[in-house]
Amino acid sequence: MSDVVSKLRKPLVSKDRTYTEVSDDVLSVIEKPPGNLWKICISISSSLLLMGIIVIGYQVSTGIGTWGLNKTVGWSWDITNFVFWVGIGHAGTLISAILLLFRQKWRTSINRAAEAMTIIAVLCAAIYPIIHMGRPWLAYWVFPYPNTRDIWLNFRSPLLWDVFAISTYFCVSAVFWYIGLIPDLANMRDRAQTPLKKRILTIVSLGWSGSHRTWHRYEMLCLILAGLATPLVVSVHTIVSMDFATSVIPGWHATIFPPYFVAGAVFSGFAMVLTLLIILRKVMNFEHYITPSHIEAMCKVLLCTGMIVGLAYGTEFFMAWYSGNQYERFVFLNRAFGPYAWAYWIMVVCNVVIPQLFWLKKVRTNLVIVFIISIFVNIGMWFERFVIITTSLHRDFLPSSWAMFSPTWVEICTFIGTFGLFFTLFFLFVRFLPAIAISEVKTVLNYAKPKDHHE
Amino acid sequence: MSKKYLLGVFHDEHDMIRAAQELRKSDISIFDIYTPFPVHGLDQYLEIKPTRLPVVTFIAGTAGLVLALLFQYWVSVIDWPINVGGKPFNSFAAFIPVAFEIMVLFGAFITVFAFLLRSKLVPMFSGSIMHTGATQDKFVIALEVKDVSFDAQLISKTLDSFGASEVSVREV
Repeated sequence: MSDVVSKLRKPLVSKDRTYTEVSDDVLSVIEKPPGNLWKICISISSSLLLMGIIVIGYQVSTGIGTWGLNKTVGWSWDITNFVFWVGIGHAGTLISAILLLFRQKWRTSINRAAEAMTIIAVLCAAIYPIIHMGRPWLAYWVFPYPNTRDIWLNFRSPLLWDVFAISTYFCVSAVFWYIGLIPDLANMRDRAQTPLKKRILTIVSLGWSGSHRTWHRYEMLCLILAGLATPLVVSVHTIVSMDFATSVIPGWHATIFPPYFVAGAVFSGFAMVLTLLIILRKVMNFEHYITPSHIEAMCKVLLCTGMIVGLAYGTEFFMAWYSGNQYERFVFLNRAFGPYAWAYWIMVVCNVVIPQLFWLKKVRTNLVIVFIISIFVNIGMWFERFVIITTSLHRDFLPSSWAMFSPTWVEICTFIGTFGLFFTLFFLFVRFLPAIAISEVKTVLNYAKPKDHHE
Repeated sequence: MSKKYLLGVFHDEHDMIRAAQELRKSDISIFDIYTPFPVHGLDQYLEIKPTRLPVVTFIAGTAGLVLALLFQYWVSVIDWPINVGGKPFNSFAAFIPVAFEIMVLFGAFITVFAFLLRSKLVPMFSGSIMHTGATQDKFVIALEVKDVSFDAQLISKTLDSFGASEVSVREV
């Protein structure tokens, strides 16, 4: 490898690595038996998952009367968490698809983990509407199939659009992720020591040989999938926002919702990616692949989308005033100064005020502070959904039906349970699959080095 | 039916590219080149034509879009029309989101299947694996040993002179 390194462009992999060393760095962790840290982590997360399964069993068998909903607030905690998880599931595809189209090469070391996070988060999100159906064993009724009830679905409902959007998003993201994994699975197959491992990897790597004819098509396929996933990712949260925007509830009925939700989703997704990757790079020794400049780039995305979200908060208030509609005005004043004002101001501080620290390079390069801010953004974005959903409902048109919402222990345990599912699957992912796209990182090893200079 | 291949294994992709260039200059056709990551600029040595995958995507996506629109129209207008809040049976604008999603779903999945079929990537099949190093750090040029006109010795020498670390024959 060359010693000549550009001063203007920093290398994407901070240490000089050969191709074999890249494979070793990423794969040696998962070729060894698991360490104690991993065992402790998966024990905690799977215990939380188990608790989640038990409370889900309880609320399905008892009914969703176990939730804190009432006649006025008919949608709150469940849909908040649904939107929260779907939002988190947006960063992966953004990183893998949009940054691929924009030729942002730094994405290569983070896209695999971010995509895994996406798929897992969408799974967590899907739990909520399925429980909310009350009879989750009939969940397949949401798909249009010829049935003995002789009736079709109502294709005019945004809730049905959601079914199609989320399931398409899940399937396409999963396929995109798997296609990206194939060359790395083949690398694992060719390194496998035990016959069982080799057998399994031979099946899942589909006989990948590294043929240039295949690579040629493979690169086109990735480009096509990125091109399809980009509008898809925008459409998914647009449709999620339409669950609210197509209703007549003041505070929901707003044309700003689609772009506002998409920006919020990217914002919350990047925050979760930062939270996970800062831990991952430390625990898995990926510091040379997920470098401080990667973290910095993600901080900048967070800063930008955070301000878009802030602008949306402001625009909502402006429109409420400018519309001259008394109900609209009341809802927004109630949001900021009513009984849920504490939630509103937590949201504003976490999402708009705290990320402003990212203007400072010192903050962006201090990983501890970045980690703490990313947690604040995660919290803030959860509160954003809570504020939008609950504050718009709890003050009805009729003051006699005004009510408050507070979650029951069942709802809180379900939410913690989805975190259990999220981290259990994520820990399994980092344990059994390469968390960094090896073949893609190999293409950027010589980035910022003169092309013909070699030994 | 097994075929014989002559493999030239390189540690450095630039050496491999130069060797491929030289082979093409002497009019020897290269069967394939195996690399751990996509190496650009090899297309002309392998005489690869542009892939037709985008055409597949376009047709599949269009089919998905049209099918989804027709299906929603048939369901809502012809088979069992239901009056939902006085909305027209043919609520065309409301059919667009689902049609869009089905377009993406068809486009993505059919393109992926077309890719897998065309590249002969199927579970359990490992016949085309020439060299196990090619998924990690080796760059392998494979030449088909066809008939008597194939001068293995001369080609081996050429590969060697460009820095091949290993020249071997493999039957697949």
